[in-house]
Amino acid sequence: MFVYADNAATTSVSKTALNAMLPYLTENYGNPSSLYAFAQKATEALTQARITVAECLGAASPKEIYFTSGGSEADNQAIMSAARVGARKGKKHLISTKFEHHAVLHTLKRLEKEGFDVTLLDVHEDGVVRMEDLKAAIREDTCLVTIMFANNEIGTVQPVEEIGALCREKGIPFHCDAVQAAGHMPIDVEKMNIDMLSISGHKFHAPKGVGALYVRKNIPLFNLIEGGGQERGKRAGTENVAGIVAMAAALKESVDNMEADSKKMIAMRDKLFAELSKIPHSKINGSLEHHVPGTVNMCFEGIEGESLLLMLDAKGICASSGSACTSGSLDPSHVLLALGLPHEVAHGSLRLSICEYNTMEEIDHICQVVPQVVEYLRNMSPVWDELEKGQKPHLI
Amino acid sequence: MALYSDKVMDHFQNPRNVGKMDDADGIGEVGNAKCGDIMRMYIKVKDGIITDCKFNTFGCGSAIATSSMATELIKGKPVEEALKLSNQAVVEALDGLPAHKIHCSVLAEEAVQAAVKDYYDRNGIAYDPEKFKVHSCEHCSD
Repeated sequence: MFVYADNAATTSVSKTALNAMLPYLTENYGNPSSLYAFAQKATEALTQARITVAECLGAASPKEIYFTSGGSEADNQAIMSAARVGARKGKKHLISTKFEHHAVLHTLKRLEKEGFDVTLLDVHEDGVVRMEDLKAAIREDTCLVTIMFANNEIGTVQPVEEIGALCREKGIPFHCDAVQAAGHMPIDVEKMNIDMLSISGHKFHAPKGVGALYVRKNIPLFNLIEGGGQERGKRAGTENVAGIVAMAAALKESVDNMEADSKKMIAMRDKLFAELSKIPHSKINGSLEHHVPGTVNMCFEGIEGESLLLMLDAKGICASSGSACTSGSLDPSHVLLALGLPHEVAHGSLRLSICEYNTMEEIDHICQVVPQVVEYLRNMSPVWDELEKGQKPHLI
Repeated sequence: MALYSDKVMDHFQNPRNVGKMDDADGIGEVGNAKCGDIMRMYIKVKDGIITDCKFNTFGCGSAIATSSMATELIKGKPVEEALKLSNQAVVEALDGLPAHKIHCSVLAEEAVQAAVKDYYDRNGIAYDPEKFKVHSCEHCSD
Protein backbone atom coordinates (compact mmCIF):
# COMPACT_ATOMS: atom_id res chain seq x y z
CA MET A 1 0.00 0.00 0.00
CA PHE A 2 1.27 3.49 -0.87
CA VAL A 3 0.33 6.20 1.61
CA TYR A 4 1.17 9.84 1.11
CA ALA A 5 1.18 11.38 4.57
CA ASP A 6 3.30 14.46 4.01
CA ASN A 7 0.71 17.02 3.02
CA ALA A 8 2.29 19.72 5.16
CA ALA A 9 5.28 19.46 2.80
CA THR A 10 3.19 19.62 -0.34
CA THR A 11 -0.10 18.35 -1.74
CA SER A 12 -1.29 16.90 -5.00
CA VAL A 13 -3.00 19.28 -7.42
CA SER A 14 -6.77 18.89 -7.26
CA LYS A 15 -8.74 18.09 -10.41
CA THR A 16 -10.59 21.39 -10.01
CA ALA A 17 -7.33 23.33 -9.86
CA LEU A 18 -5.82 21.42 -12.76
CA ASN A 19 -8.85 21.91 -14.98
CA ALA A 20 -8.97 25.58 -14.12
CA MET A 21 -5.33 26.17 -15.02
CA LEU A 22 -4.98 24.07 -18.18
CA PRO A 23 -6.55 26.60 -20.61
CA TYR A 24 -4.01 29.18 -19.46
CA LEU A 25 -1.16 26.87 -20.41
CA THR A 26 -2.63 25.96 -23.78
CA GLU A 27 -5.03 28.25 -25.62
CA ASN A 28 -5.06 31.35 -23.39
CA TYR A 29 -1.34 31.74 -23.00
CA GLY A 30 -1.18 35.50 -23.57
CA ASN A 31 0.84 37.81 -21.34
CA PRO A 32 -1.62 39.74 -19.14
CA SER A 33 0.39 42.93 -19.77
CA SER A 34 -0.20 42.78 -23.54
CA LEU A 35 -2.74 45.07 -25.10
CA TYR A 36 -4.48 42.84 -27.66
CA ALA A 37 -7.77 41.11 -27.01
CA PHE A 38 -6.16 37.65 -27.00
CA ALA A 39 -4.10 38.49 -23.90
CA GLN A 40 -7.07 40.04 -22.17
CA LYS A 41 -8.36 36.56 -21.38
CA ALA A 42 -5.33 36.10 -19.16
CA THR A 43 -5.83 39.53 -17.63
CA GLU A 44 -9.45 38.73 -16.87
CA ALA A 45 -8.45 35.42 -15.31
CA LEU A 46 -6.03 37.25 -13.02
CA THR A 47 -8.72 39.71 -12.02
CA GLN A 48 -11.12 36.92 -11.23
CA ALA A 49 -8.49 34.97 -9.30
CA ARG A 50 -7.70 38.05 -7.22
CA ILE A 51 -11.38 38.47 -6.37
CA THR A 52 -11.66 34.80 -5.38
CA VAL A 53 -8.55 34.85 -3.16
CA ALA A 54 -9.68 38.10 -1.52
CA GLU A 55 -13.08 36.58 -0.76
CA CYS A 56 -11.58 33.40 0.66
CA LEU A 57 -9.41 35.41 3.06
CA GLY A 58 -12.11 37.88 4.02
CA ALA A 59 -10.21 40.80 2.47
CA ALA A 60 -12.08 44.08 1.98
CA SER A 61 -10.83 44.45 -1.59
CA PRO A 62 -9.10 42.36 -4.28
CA LYS A 63 -6.57 45.21 -4.50
CA GLU A 64 -5.17 43.93 -1.21
CA ILE A 65 -3.98 40.67 -2.82
CA TYR A 66 -0.51 40.46 -4.35
CA PHE A 67 0.46 37.26 -6.13
CA THR A 68 3.92 35.91 -5.40
CA SER A 69 6.01 32.83 -6.15
CA GLY A 70 4.95 31.25 -2.87
CA GLY A 71 4.88 31.54 0.90
CA SER A 72 8.59 32.27 1.35
CA GLU A 73 8.51 35.24 -0.99
CA ALA A 74 5.36 36.57 0.65
CA ASP A 75 6.94 36.27 4.11
CA ASN A 76 10.14 37.95 2.94
CA GLN A 77 8.31 40.83 1.31
CA ALA A 78 5.98 41.45 4.24
CA ILE A 79 8.77 41.50 6.81
CA MET A 80 11.36 43.42 4.79
CA SER A 81 8.75 45.96 3.82
CA ALA A 82 7.48 46.47 7.37
CA ALA A 83 11.06 46.83 8.59
CA ARG A 84 11.76 49.49 6.00
CA VAL A 85 8.61 51.40 6.89
CA GLY A 86 9.48 51.11 10.57
CA ALA A 87 13.06 52.26 10.09
CA ARG A 88 11.84 55.47 8.47
CA LYS A 89 10.02 56.30 11.69
CA GLY A 90 12.96 55.19 13.84
CA LYS A 91 11.15 51.99 14.82
CA LYS A 92 13.52 49.06 14.48
CA HIS A 93 12.08 46.35 16.69
CA LEU A 94 10.28 43.27 15.42
CA ILE A 95 8.48 40.55 17.39
CA SER A 96 8.07 36.95 16.28
CA THR A 97 8.25 33.47 17.77
CA LYS A 98 10.96 30.87 18.19
CA PHE A 99 9.23 28.34 15.99
CA GLU A 100 8.42 30.29 12.85
CA HIS A 101 9.23 28.91 9.42
CA HIS A 102 12.76 29.68 8.24
CA ALA A 103 11.33 32.05 5.63
CA VAL A 104 10.46 34.27 8.59
CA LEU A 105 13.34 33.45 10.95
CA HIS A 106 16.07 33.87 8.37
CA THR A 107 14.59 37.16 7.17
CA LEU A 108 14.59 38.39 10.77
CA LYS A 109 18.17 37.18 11.17
CA ARG A 110 19.12 39.26 8.15
CA LEU A 111 17.41 42.31 9.64
CA GLU A 112 19.26 41.78 12.92
CA LYS A 113 22.52 41.97 10.99
CA GLU A 114 21.28 45.24 9.52
CA GLY A 115 20.80 46.70 12.98
CA PHE A 116 17.22 45.76 13.81
CA ASP A 117 16.25 44.34 17.17
CA VAL A 118 14.27 41.09 17.17
CA THR A 119 12.36 39.49 20.04
CA LEU A 120 11.41 35.84 19.55
CA LEU A 121 8.60 34.78 21.84
CA ASP A 122 8.66 31.49 23.69
CA VAL A 123 6.10 28.95 22.47
CA HIS A 124 6.08 26.95 25.69
CA GLU A 125 5.72 23.20 25.96
CA ASP A 126 2.40 23.17 24.12
CA GLY A 127 3.55 25.18 21.11
CA VAL A 128 1.22 28.11 21.69
CA VAL A 129 2.20 31.75 22.14
CA ARG A 130 0.98 33.44 25.32
CA MET A 131 -0.68 36.84 25.05
CA GLU A 132 1.05 38.07 28.19
CA ASP A 133 4.43 37.29 26.61
CA LEU A 134 3.47 39.31 23.55
CA LYS A 135 2.18 42.20 25.64
CA ALA A 136 5.43 42.27 27.60
CA ALA A 137 7.51 42.22 24.42
CA ILE A 138 5.81 45.17 22.72
CA ARG A 139 7.89 48.35 22.79
CA GLU A 140 7.54 51.93 21.64
CA ASP A 141 9.73 51.14 18.66
CA THR A 142 8.05 47.86 17.61
CA CYS A 143 7.36 48.08 13.88
CA LEU A 144 6.00 44.56 13.25
CA VAL A 145 4.56 41.52 14.95
CA THR A 146 4.89 38.44 12.74
CA ILE A 147 3.38 35.25 14.13
CA MET A 148 2.32 32.19 12.19
CA PHE A 149 -1.28 31.02 12.05
CA ALA A 150 -0.40 27.34 12.46
CA ASN A 151 2.99 25.72 12.90
CA ASN A 152 4.21 23.65 9.96
CA GLU A 153 5.87 20.91 12.00
CA ILE A 154 3.58 20.36 14.94
CA GLY A 155 0.34 21.90 13.70
CA THR A 156 -0.45 24.06 16.72
CA VAL A 157 -2.71 27.05 16.05
CA GLN A 158 -1.87 30.43 17.52
CA PRO A 159 -4.34 32.88 19.11
CA VAL A 160 -4.37 34.91 15.89
CA GLU A 161 -7.53 36.89 16.59
CA GLU A 162 -6.30 37.99 20.02
CA ILE A 163 -2.89 38.89 18.60
CA GLY A 164 -4.58 40.91 15.85
CA ALA A 165 -6.76 42.76 18.35
CA LEU A 166 -3.78 43.61 20.55
CA CYS A 167 -1.68 44.80 17.61
CA ARG A 168 -4.56 46.94 16.37
CA GLU A 169 -4.96 48.47 19.81
CA LYS A 170 -1.24 49.25 19.94
CA GLY A 171 -1.09 50.46 16.36
CA ILE A 172 1.47 47.85 15.32
CA PRO A 173 1.17 46.07 11.96
CA PHE A 174 0.55 42.32 12.30
CA HIS A 175 1.83 39.88 9.67
CA CYS A 176 0.65 36.29 9.80
CA ASP A 177 2.31 33.42 7.95
CA ALA A 178 -0.81 31.38 7.20
CA VAL A 179 0.84 28.92 4.83
CA GLN A 180 -0.26 25.90 6.89
CA ALA A 181 -3.70 27.29 7.68
CA ALA A 182 -5.02 28.65 4.39
CA GLY A 183 -7.60 26.30 2.96
CA HIS A 184 -7.64 24.28 6.18
CA MET A 185 -8.84 26.73 8.83
CA PRO A 186 -11.24 29.67 8.59
CA ILE A 187 -9.33 32.89 7.93
CA ASP A 188 -10.88 36.34 8.06
CA VAL A 189 -8.29 39.10 7.85
CA GLU A 190 -10.88 41.74 8.75
CA LYS A 191 -12.28 40.00 11.79
CA MET A 192 -8.84 38.84 12.90
CA ASN A 193 -7.21 42.25 12.38
CA ILE A 194 -4.46 40.78 10.25
CA ASP A 195 -2.59 43.45 8.28
CA MET A 196 -0.46 41.15 6.13
CA LEU A 197 -0.92 37.44 5.47
CA SER A 198 1.09 34.92 3.46
CA ILE A 199 -0.31 31.87 1.71
CA SER A 200 1.20 29.19 -0.53
CA GLY A 201 -0.82 27.40 -3.19
CA HIS A 202 0.79 23.97 -3.01
CA LYS A 203 -0.27 23.46 0.60
CA PHE A 204 -3.92 23.32 -0.47
CA HIS A 205 -3.90 21.42 -3.76
CA ALA A 206 -2.64 24.11 -6.15
CA PRO A 207 0.70 23.68 -7.96
CA LYS A 208 4.06 24.63 -6.46
CA GLY A 209 5.54 28.05 -7.25
CA VAL A 210 2.56 30.25 -6.55
CA GLY A 211 1.41 32.09 -3.46
CA ALA A 212 -0.06 35.36 -2.33
CA LEU A 213 0.50 38.16 0.12
CA TYR A 214 -2.51 39.97 1.52
CA VAL A 215 -1.68 43.55 2.51
CA ARG A 216 -4.28 45.81 4.12
CA LYS A 217 -5.02 48.94 2.12
CA ASN A 218 -3.38 51.46 4.45
CA ILE A 219 -0.19 49.41 4.99
CA PRO A 220 2.68 50.60 2.78
CA LEU A 221 4.36 47.86 0.75
CA PHE A 222 7.82 47.86 -0.77
CA ASN A 223 8.76 45.38 -3.42
CA LEU A 224 11.48 42.76 -3.31
CA ILE A 225 11.63 42.29 -7.06
CA GLU A 226 12.20 45.32 -9.30
CA GLY A 227 11.21 45.39 -12.94
CA GLY A 228 7.87 45.71 -14.68
CA GLY A 229 4.76 47.18 -13.18
CA GLN A 230 2.94 43.91 -12.44
CA GLU A 231 0.95 43.56 -9.23
CA ARG A 232 0.40 47.31 -9.15
CA GLY A 233 4.14 47.90 -9.16
CA LYS A 234 4.76 45.85 -6.03
CA ARG A 235 6.01 42.62 -7.55
CA ALA A 236 7.71 42.66 -10.93
CA GLY A 237 7.74 39.68 -13.27
CA THR A 238 5.21 38.25 -15.69
CA GLU A 239 2.45 36.70 -13.67
CA ASN A 240 2.22 32.92 -13.30
CA VAL A 241 -1.28 33.08 -14.75
CA ALA A 242 -2.03 29.35 -14.83
CA GLY A 243 -0.63 28.88 -11.31
CA ILE A 244 -2.59 31.84 -9.96
CA VAL A 245 -5.83 30.61 -11.56
CA ALA A 246 -5.21 27.15 -10.09
CA MET A 247 -4.48 28.60 -6.66
CA ALA A 248 -7.71 30.60 -6.64
CA ALA A 249 -9.69 27.54 -7.73
CA ALA A 250 -8.01 25.31 -5.15
CA LEU A 251 -8.47 27.82 -2.35
CA LYS A 252 -12.15 28.27 -3.16
CA GLU A 253 -12.62 24.51 -3.30
CA SER A 254 -10.84 24.05 0.04
CA VAL A 255 -12.80 26.83 1.72
CA ASP A 256 -16.12 25.57 0.32
CA ASN A 257 -15.45 22.04 1.57
CA MET A 258 -13.62 22.98 4.73
CA GLU A 259 -16.22 21.81 7.20
CA ALA A 260 -16.65 18.34 5.73
CA ASP A 261 -12.95 17.88 4.97
CA SER A 262 -11.93 18.97 8.47
CA LYS A 263 -14.32 16.52 10.03
CA LYS A 264 -12.87 13.69 7.97
CA MET A 265 -9.27 14.70 8.63
CA ILE A 266 -9.80 15.17 12.36
CA ALA A 267 -11.21 11.64 12.62
CA MET A 268 -8.12 10.26 10.86
CA ARG A 269 -5.72 12.48 12.82
CA ASP A 270 -7.24 11.49 16.14
CA LYS A 271 -7.00 7.82 15.24
CA LEU A 272 -3.29 8.29 14.54
CA PHE A 273 -2.83 10.06 17.87
CA ALA A 274 -4.75 7.37 19.73
CA GLU A 275 -3.05 4.39 18.12
CA LEU A 276 0.51 5.71 17.97
CA SER A 277 0.30 6.94 21.58
CA LYS A 278 0.05 3.30 22.58
CA ILE A 279 3.72 2.92 21.66
CA PRO A 280 5.56 3.04 25.00
CA HIS A 281 7.71 6.11 25.63
CA SER A 282 6.16 8.13 22.85
CA LYS A 283 4.98 11.71 23.06
CA ILE A 284 2.59 13.90 21.12
CA ASN A 285 4.17 17.24 20.33
CA GLY A 286 2.08 20.36 20.71
CA SER A 287 -1.29 21.21 22.17
CA LEU A 288 -4.16 19.02 20.98
CA GLU A 289 -6.64 21.71 21.87
CA HIS A 290 -5.24 24.22 19.38
CA HIS A 291 -4.47 22.07 16.39
CA VAL A 292 -4.85 22.01 12.60
CA PRO A 293 -6.96 19.11 11.31
CA GLY A 294 -4.21 17.25 9.46
CA THR A 295 -0.90 17.28 11.31
CA VAL A 296 0.42 14.69 13.74
CA ASN A 297 3.84 15.12 15.29
CA MET A 298 5.22 12.61 17.75
CA CYS A 299 8.52 11.57 19.29
CA PHE A 300 9.59 8.00 19.96
CA GLU A 301 12.38 7.62 22.44
CA GLY A 302 15.52 5.67 21.60
CA ILE A 303 15.32 5.94 17.83
CA GLU A 304 16.39 8.43 15.22
CA GLY A 305 13.99 10.06 12.80
CA GLU A 306 15.75 9.59 9.50
CA SER A 307 16.08 5.84 9.85
CA LEU A 308 12.40 5.77 10.82
CA LEU A 309 11.49 7.67 7.65
CA LEU A 310 13.61 5.41 5.45
CA MET A 311 11.98 2.33 6.94
CA LEU A 312 8.53 3.84 6.42
CA ASP A 313 9.46 4.75 2.86
CA ALA A 314 10.45 1.14 2.23
CA LYS A 315 6.94 0.21 3.40
CA GLY A 316 5.29 2.78 1.13
CA ILE A 317 4.62 5.52 3.69
CA CYS A 318 5.76 9.06 2.91
CA ALA A 319 6.31 11.07 6.08
CA SER A 320 8.66 13.65 7.50
CA SER A 321 10.83 14.21 10.56
CA GLY A 322 12.43 17.01 12.49
CA SER A 323 15.56 14.94 12.96
CA ALA A 324 18.89 16.62 12.32
CA CYS A 325 19.87 13.97 9.81
CA THR A 326 17.10 14.87 7.39
CA SER A 327 18.10 18.51 7.36
CA GLY A 328 21.84 18.04 6.99
CA SER A 329 22.55 20.04 10.12
CA LEU A 330 23.62 18.68 13.49
CA ASP A 331 20.73 20.12 15.44
CA PRO A 332 17.26 18.65 15.35
CA SER A 333 14.26 20.80 14.45
CA HIS A 334 14.24 24.30 15.94
CA VAL A 335 10.49 23.83 16.42
CA LEU A 336 10.88 20.78 18.67
CA LEU A 337 13.74 22.40 20.56
CA ALA A 338 11.54 25.49 21.06
CA LEU A 339 9.04 23.23 22.84
CA GLY A 340 11.82 22.41 25.27
CA LEU A 341 12.36 18.85 24.08
CA PRO A 342 15.85 17.49 24.76
CA HIS A 343 17.98 16.87 21.67
CA GLU A 344 17.90 13.12 22.25
CA VAL A 345 14.12 13.09 22.11
CA ALA A 346 13.77 15.59 19.27
CA HIS A 347 15.96 13.37 17.04
CA GLY A 348 13.28 10.68 17.18
CA SER A 349 10.42 12.69 15.75
CA LEU A 350 7.86 11.82 13.11
CA ARG A 351 5.46 14.14 11.31
CA LEU A 352 2.49 12.65 9.53
CA SER A 353 0.33 15.19 7.72
CA ILE A 354 -2.86 14.05 6.10
CA CYS A 355 -5.37 15.62 3.77
CA GLU A 356 -8.96 14.93 2.75
CA TYR A 357 -7.75 12.50 0.06
CA ASN A 358 -6.39 10.07 2.64
CA THR A 359 -8.55 7.15 3.72
CA MET A 360 -9.13 5.33 6.99
CA GLU A 361 -7.56 2.22 5.39
CA GLU A 362 -4.38 4.20 4.88
CA ILE A 363 -4.48 5.40 8.48
CA ASP A 364 -4.91 1.79 9.63
CA HIS A 365 -1.87 0.85 7.56
CA ILE A 366 0.20 3.59 9.20
CA CYS A 367 -1.03 2.50 12.64
CA GLN A 368 0.09 -1.02 11.87
CA VAL A 369 3.49 -0.22 10.36
CA VAL A 370 4.82 2.55 12.63
CA PRO A 371 4.83 0.47 15.86
CA GLN A 372 6.65 -2.37 14.03
CA VAL A 373 9.32 -0.05 12.67
CA VAL A 374 9.77 1.70 16.02
CA GLU A 375 10.22 -1.66 17.71
CA TYR A 376 12.69 -2.87 15.07
CA LEU A 377 14.82 0.26 15.39
CA ARG A 378 14.65 0.18 19.18
CA ASN A 379 15.94 -3.38 19.17
CA MET A 380 18.93 -2.13 17.22
CA SER A 381 19.49 0.94 19.36
CA PRO A 382 22.13 1.08 22.12
CA VAL A 383 20.27 4.07 23.53
CA TRP A 384 17.09 2.06 23.94
CA ASP A 385 19.12 -0.75 25.48
CA GLU A 386 20.43 1.60 28.17
CA LEU A 387 16.98 3.07 28.79
CA GLU A 388 15.42 -0.33 29.17
CA LYS A 389 18.16 -1.55 31.49
CA GLY A 390 17.59 1.51 33.64
CA GLN A 391 21.13 2.76 33.01
CA LYS A 392 19.60 6.01 31.84
CA PRO A 393 16.26 7.51 32.82
CA HIS A 394 13.49 7.65 30.24
CA LEU A 395 12.90 11.23 29.22
CA ILE A 396 9.42 10.67 27.82
CA MET B 1 15.51 7.71 -1.97
CA ALA B 2 18.21 9.02 -4.18
CA LEU B 3 20.06 10.33 -1.15
CA TYR B 4 21.90 7.04 -0.71
CA SER B 5 23.60 4.52 -2.96
CA ASP B 6 22.00 1.10 -3.46
CA LYS B 7 24.70 -0.39 -1.27
CA VAL B 8 23.95 1.98 1.59
CA MET B 9 20.24 1.17 1.28
CA ASP B 10 21.02 -2.55 1.22
CA HIS B 11 23.10 -2.33 4.40
CA PHE B 12 20.47 -0.12 6.02
CA GLN B 13 17.58 -2.38 5.17
CA ASN B 14 19.43 -5.65 5.69
CA PRO B 15 22.05 -4.79 8.26
CA ARG B 16 24.76 -7.45 8.67
CA ASN B 17 25.80 -8.57 12.14
CA VAL B 18 23.24 -6.50 13.96
CA GLY B 19 22.55 -7.37 17.60
CA LYS B 20 24.14 -7.70 21.00
CA MET B 21 26.95 -10.03 22.01
CA ASP B 22 26.88 -11.29 25.59
CA ASP B 23 30.37 -12.81 25.61
CA ALA B 24 32.24 -10.11 23.72
CA ASP B 25 35.98 -9.73 24.22
CA GLY B 26 35.83 -6.03 23.45
CA ILE B 27 33.05 -3.46 23.35
CA GLY B 28 33.39 0.05 21.96
CA GLU B 29 30.79 2.76 22.09
CA VAL B 30 31.13 6.13 20.37
CA GLY B 31 28.87 9.05 19.53
CA ASN B 32 26.36 11.05 21.48
CA ALA B 33 22.60 10.78 21.60
CA LYS B 34 22.42 14.56 21.62
CA CYS B 35 23.98 14.60 18.15
CA GLY B 36 21.72 11.84 16.93
CA ASP B 37 24.05 8.87 16.58
CA ILE B 38 25.60 6.29 18.84
CA MET B 39 27.38 3.15 17.72
CA ARG B 40 28.23 0.20 19.91
CA MET B 41 30.58 -2.40 18.44
CA TYR B 42 31.20 -5.85 19.94
CA ILE B 43 34.13 -8.08 18.94
CA LYS B 44 35.01 -11.67 19.69
CA VAL B 45 38.73 -12.40 19.37
CA LYS B 46 40.52 -15.70 19.08
CA ASP B 47 44.27 -16.02 18.46
CA GLY B 48 44.45 -12.38 17.45
CA ILE B 49 41.69 -12.78 14.87
CA ILE B 50 38.27 -11.12 15.08
CA THR B 51 36.10 -14.20 14.78
CA ASP B 52 32.80 -12.44 15.30
CA CYS B 53 31.54 -8.89 15.36
CA LYS B 54 28.20 -7.32 16.13
CA PHE B 55 26.79 -3.82 16.41
CA ASN B 56 23.96 -1.78 17.87
CA THR B 57 23.34 1.64 16.43
CA PHE B 58 21.06 4.56 17.21
CA GLY B 59 21.18 6.86 14.23
CA CYS B 60 20.23 7.70 10.70
CA GLY B 61 20.29 5.43 7.67
CA SER B 62 23.95 5.98 6.96
CA ALA B 63 24.91 5.43 10.62
CA ILE B 64 23.29 2.00 10.46
CA ALA B 65 24.79 1.23 7.04
CA THR B 66 28.33 2.28 8.00
CA SER B 67 28.14 0.18 11.19
CA SER B 68 27.00 -2.80 9.18
CA MET B 69 29.72 -2.36 6.58
CA ALA B 70 32.42 -1.86 9.22
CA THR B 71 31.53 -5.20 10.85
CA GLU B 72 31.79 -6.89 7.46
CA LEU B 73 35.17 -5.34 6.80
CA ILE B 74 36.76 -6.44 10.09
CA LYS B 75 35.18 -9.84 10.60
CA GLY B 76 37.77 -12.59 10.13
CA LYS B 77 40.62 -10.06 10.11
CA PRO B 78 43.53 -9.83 12.56
CA VAL B 79 42.94 -7.25 15.30
CA GLU B 80 45.88 -5.15 14.07
CA GLU B 81 44.35 -4.99 10.61
CA ALA B 82 40.97 -3.96 11.99
CA LEU B 83 42.68 -1.06 13.69
CA LYS B 84 43.77 0.19 10.31
CA LEU B 85 40.22 0.37 9.02
CA SER B 86 39.71 3.91 7.80
CA ASN B 87 36.47 5.77 7.35
CA GLN B 88 37.35 6.20 3.68
CA ALA B 89 37.46 2.44 3.27
CA VAL B 90 33.95 2.22 4.74
CA VAL B 91 32.72 5.00 2.44
CA GLU B 92 34.27 3.35 -0.61
CA ALA B 93 32.82 -0.03 0.27
CA LEU B 94 29.39 1.60 0.40
CA ASP B 95 29.85 3.30 -2.99
CA GLY B 96 29.99 6.69 -1.35
CA LEU B 97 28.03 8.76 1.15
CA PRO B 98 26.56 12.26 0.92
CA ALA B 99 29.01 14.89 2.22
CA HIS B 100 27.02 15.63 5.36
CA LYS B 101 26.98 11.92 6.25
CA ILE B 102 30.73 11.36 6.18
CA HIS B 103 30.82 11.76 9.96
CA CYS B 104 28.88 8.47 10.21
CA SER B 105 31.81 6.64 8.60
CA VAL B 106 34.18 8.36 11.02
CA LEU B 107 32.03 7.06 13.87
CA ALA B 108 32.21 3.55 12.43
CA GLU B 109 36.00 3.73 12.28
CA GLU B 110 36.12 5.01 15.84
CA ALA B 111 33.69 2.35 17.09
CA VAL B 112 36.01 -0.39 15.77
CA GLN B 113 39.01 1.28 17.40
CA ALA B 114 37.15 1.66 20.68
CA ALA B 115 36.22 -2.04 20.65
CA VAL B 116 39.84 -3.05 19.99
CA LYS B 117 41.10 -0.70 22.69
CA ASP B 118 38.65 -2.29 25.13
CA TYR B 119 39.93 -5.73 24.09
CA TYR B 120 43.53 -4.61 24.67
CA ASP B 121 42.65 -3.12 28.05
CA ARG B 122 40.80 -6.22 29.20
CA ASN B 123 43.68 -8.47 28.24
CA GLY B 124 46.52 -6.27 29.44
CA ILE B 125 47.90 -5.95 25.93
CA ALA B 126 50.23 -2.98 25.62
CA TYR B 127 49.48 -0.45 22.88
CA ASP B 128 50.49 2.96 21.76
CA PRO B 129 47.76 5.34 22.97
CA GLU B 130 48.68 7.62 20.09
CA LYS B 131 47.16 5.12 17.74
CA PHE B 132 43.74 5.75 19.19
CA LYS B 133 42.21 8.98 18.11
CA VAL B 134 40.24 10.79 20.74
CA HIS B 135 36.76 11.44 19.56
CA SER B 136 36.22 15.14 19.74
CA CYS B 137 33.08 16.80 18.59
CA GLU B 138 32.64 20.34 19.84
CA HIS B 139 28.96 20.08 19.10
CA CYS B 140 28.50 17.13 21.42
CA SER B 141 30.51 18.35 24.38
CA ASP B 142 28.02 18.95 27.12
